[in-house]
Amino acid sequence: MVDSAGKGFRGEKGIEILLALAASVSVLVTIGIVVSLFSETAGFFKEVSVKEFFTETRWTPLFTPAHYGIAPLVAGTMLVTVIAMIVAAPLGLASAIYLSEYAPDGVRRLIKPVLEILAGIPTIVYGYFALTFVTPIIRAILPQTNVFNALSAGIVMGIMLIPMISSLSEDAMTAVPNSLREAAYALGATKLEVAYKVVIPAAISGIVASFILAISRAIGETMIVALAAGSTPKLTFNPLDSIQTMTAFIAQVMLGDAPFGSIEYKSVYAVAGVLFVVTLSLNLIGTWIVRRYKEVY
Amino acid sequence: MTVQDEMFSPGLQNRQRRNRIFMWLFLSANLLGLLVLVVLLAKVLRDSWGWLDLQFITSFPSRSPEKAGILPALYGTIYVMIITAVFAIPLGIAAAVFLEEYSKKSKFLSFIQVNIYNLAGIPSIVYGILGLTVFVRWMMLGRSLLAGGLTMGLLILPVIIVTAQEAIRAVPQSWRHASYALGASKWQTIRYVVLPSALPGILTGIILALSRAIGETAPLIPIGALTFVRVIPRSLFDSFSVLPIQIYNWTSRPQDDFRAIAAAGIVVLLVVLLGMNSAAILLRNKYQGRIKKV
Repeated sequence: MVDSAGKGFRGEKGIEILLALAASVSVLVTIGIVVSLFSETAGFFKEVSVKEFFTETRWTPLFTPAHYGIAPLVAGTMLVTVIAMIVAAPLGLASAIYLSEYAPDGVRRLIKPVLEILAGIPTIVYGYFALTFVTPIIRAILPQTNVFNALSAGIVMGIMLIPMISSLSEDAMTAVPNSLREAAYALGATKLEVAYKVVIPAAISGIVASFILAISRAIGETMIVALAAGSTPKLTFNPLDSIQTMTAFIAQVMLGDAPFGSIEYKSVYAVAGVLFVVTLSLNLIGTWIVRRYKEVY
Repeated sequence: MTVQDEMFSPGLQNRQRRNRIFMWLFLSANLLGLLVLVVLLAKVLRDSWGWLDLQFITSFPSRSPEKAGILPALYGTIYVMIITAVFAIPLGIAAAVFLEEYSKKSKFLSFIQVNIYNLAGIPSIVYGILGLTVFVRWMMLGRSLLAGGLTMGLLILPVIIVTAQEAIRAVPQSWRHASYALGASKWQTIRYVVLPSALPGILTGIILALSRAIGETAPLIPIGALTFVRVIPRSLFDSFSVLPIQIYNWTSRPQDDFRAIAAAGIVVLLVVLLGMNSAAILLRNKYQGRIKKV
């Protein structure tokens, strides 16, 4: 009824069409990403077989003889991501438990802006911090560490992810109905027991979703790894080694001057395509879990 | 003592002690974040000490760290942000208005909505590849301010749409009905009732989105933001640099003096960002709950 109020006014329909066009830009952007990535990637796979790309264990597109196996870049990305999650998952979850179950209102009002600032610091600043502060400390303890290493980048990336995990997990835990907590308290449970026997199991899907979204973020993060992790694509799981991630490879080639249409240039698109598919899948899984758990309460 | 008390009280002390220990552990996870923030700021300030002066702000990049400055990067950042804002803000608000006020619940709508959420999660360097392909190559804008600004605009568009949607959703339905009852059309209602009351929320979202864009480096690497710009850009099609790219370039050099001016650049970047973030927080606090009070 109310919706029909506008009919009969001149220009109303035109405005609606304009607004609809604006809304469809987001779809155009997605199409643009897919088309631009896969047009050059198709060219890449004309010169390099799909089999080599996924099974070869060397990635040396800038040398002769060139090898195009993405495994070393994937291994480097996974190594940094695993280190980051070892730092971020327990700390982020602990932070969320404190904020949702223990913190008095005043303390929460003090801590939350700090976490927001931490989340708003540009990744280039985290990269600087990793290279000039964390790496020297690691090298003082373990002298065999490479100047560029996966450990330093991973630790700092983990710190960057703490606010994200903390805030998403806290949302999930705050959504747990108070009646569940009160029932547990009535049985004589302590806050700790309420937290890990009632609240965390009830909020587990939201917590898992926050981990998945953080992993996706870690895989896509560029500046920290480009500065601190190195540019040596290597199939290794030694965190003290210099490695290269998928994003750092893209940045390296783009900072140099790979001629348009060359195989190096196309290899960037192939790597970006893999990055896009992986992060998109993780994001879809993450938001799907969030939506599912929201229906429960 | 009853039987039950004997069964439970020995455990009770242990359980409460454990509860306290874990409370402090959980709290220290938060304090660690605070500690990192303090250490990070102290480190950057100490590194930049003596390098951050007026000469640094008003000079061009140079081969010698003593003479190097960030003037072109500062201008580049401001210009890119203006282009980004002009492009992304109207588009974002328009999309949000359409999604909240016009579209009926449908499969297509939820597809667009899911799509927007997913765009927000795509790695920023992929946006750089998109910008390189679409703006630099297909539209032949070159490695220019315009291509950089448009790419940044696409990156922050999802953030603007989502926050504007939330602000519009917070406007009570009864206000729209009152406007219709006075004979206003749908667009008049949006223009004179919905948008003005949603404005503070929309503005907060815009400031946060723009401050994210100022700190982003990765999307501009494929666009080809240069690290050694000797002139201030004069037109939309000039080459450019921005603060984070300049900082990246200085940090990746091995000499300590260049690391020091990188730190000086970081201080400038953080001052700009903290200024914008506190503006957003002030705005949010000032207008929070205004709708409820009326």
